[in-house]
Amino acid sequence: MKAFTYQRATTAAQAADANARTPGARFIAGGTNLLDLMKLEIETPAHLIDVNGLGFDQIDATPDGGLRIGALVRNTDLAADPRVRKDYGVLSRALLAGASGQLRNKATTAGNLLQRTRCPYFYDTNQPCNKRTPGTGCSAIGGVNRQHAVIGSSSACIATHPSDMAVAMRVLDATVETVRAGGATRVIPMADFHRLPGDTPHLDTVLEPGELITSVTLPRPLGGVHIYRKVRDRASYAFALVSVAAVIQQDGTGRIAVGGVAHKPWRVEAAEARLPQGARATVEALLAGAKPTKENAFKVTLVERTLGAVLAAAKKG
Amino acid sequence: MNDLTDFKLSRRDVLKAGAASATAAVVPSLAGAQPSATPSNASTAAAPVLAKVSLTINGQRHQLEVDTRTSLLDVLRENLHLTGTKKGCDHGQCGACTIMLDGRRINSCLSLAVMHEGAAITTIEGLGTPDKLHPMQAAFIKHDGYQCGYCTPGQICSAVAVLDEIKQGIPSHVSGSLTERPLLSADEIRERMSGNICRCGAYSNIVDAITEVAGGAA
Repeated sequence: MKAFTYQRATTAAQAADANARTPGARFIAGGTNLLDLMKLEIETPAHLIDVNGLGFDQIDATPDGGLRIGALVRNTDLAADPRVRKDYGVLSRALLAGASGQLRNKATTAGNLLQRTRCPYFYDTNQPCNKRTPGTGCSAIGGVNRQHAVIGSSSACIATHPSDMAVAMRVLDATVETVRAGGATRVIPMADFHRLPGDTPHLDTVLEPGELITSVTLPRPLGGVHIYRKVRDRASYAFALVSVAAVIQQDGTGRIAVGGVAHKPWRVEAAEARLPQGARATVEALLAGAKPTKENAFKVTLVERTLGAVLAAAKKG
Repeated sequence: MNDLTDFKLSRRDVLKAGAASATAAVVPSLAGAQPSATPSNASTAAAPVLAKVSLTINGQRHQLEVDTRTSLLDVLRENLHLTGTKKGCDHGQCGACTIMLDGRRINSCLSLAVMHEGAAITTIEGLGTPDKLHPMQAAFIKHDGYQCGYCTPGQICSAVAVLDEIKQGIPSHVSGSLTERPLLSADEIRERMSGNICRCGAYSNIVDAITEVAGGAA
């Protein structure tokens, strides 16, 4: 690990200003992903700004009946919150399907959104990777790519976003609140928060350098049946091959977002109109234009079958 | 002249001496790397940065000055010689380094010491002693919940925390209902212990040990 200087921030504005002022600065909260990457020198910050002292660890009701989740609320606490369990079951289920008990105790809401890909070539510093070192090429294209994206990828990158929580946040239409140096705040819909790789796959999100997430807000509850179904190589403690986050209403209408298939949680609102017609019709629209590799073509079928299982479970209630 | 006691080095002493000489070798090379690096690349060979931190470990307060890069795991093992907590993968994948931080289990390898000013930490050494075993330690012995034993301190710390999490009503991936209290079942224990890998495969005995401490049928 490269040496770095370290400071504890006491206010969000101070943290954002310090980040803007200090070359090579990064925020650190739970650290479960950043420290892993620093040990491998995939991330090499010269300065760490510890944001754990900023508060942002509460879940508050919003005036319009939603929930405002502080950026530093730990994954365990968010999954276990009685309001989340009752009204946003898909979010609890997604969180509980991810990582291990130890990691969920540390990992934060904002940090979960900012996880880097688990593409093995991103992790292997001896291999070219446009996400790690822009311009070097993509080793996954033509390489071992069973885990990789089937849609929305580019000739520069076929990595997937690894988060389960983000897939649930996308289906719930959450918004991400941030602060920048100078104190300017903004609200970013989850639909726009994560990027597709294009020719700049080193950029995972639309956050500007030094921009700090302060909270994530859930709109008022949708009702319906909440399901998060994750398919993986092990029954626990493994990243998704595919996952489906769903909120399905009694009349068969609803919303779905899919994980494990793209550089961001994959949701196509227009495809959701086909939900009452079943999984095949829906996935035809949801994954239209998919470009799987030889190794991961199975994911297209797996999404259809997983959605079929989700819709059958939703019918039972 | 060859006093045998001079050679009575334990395996751990030998390992320590090896680590010390490795450290001695690294420090000058780091210092030496700075001037020899190309000017545009000088920042990549930044000198180590020291910072102060105070931690309460197993009820005892420690004032430390550590390299900012030092993980909680390395503070425990290398600075304080509490070697019960084990380093397996050092990347949060195996659970051998599991400790309790302010009452909650975490991977100590994925946590910087300087980020935990004033924190209270419990390690396997703080759970029980050879004379007064924690019930979970006694149950692991009774049920043969290990073979080589390397993952065991992490398994035991995790197991103690798991029972507390179930008691608090925190749901898991296998809980049937999100709104009812989670059951204490073998499935629940297996799911909640999935962050602790046992390369010897003592899992079924580990589940038996935890089940017994939880008060269920072994």
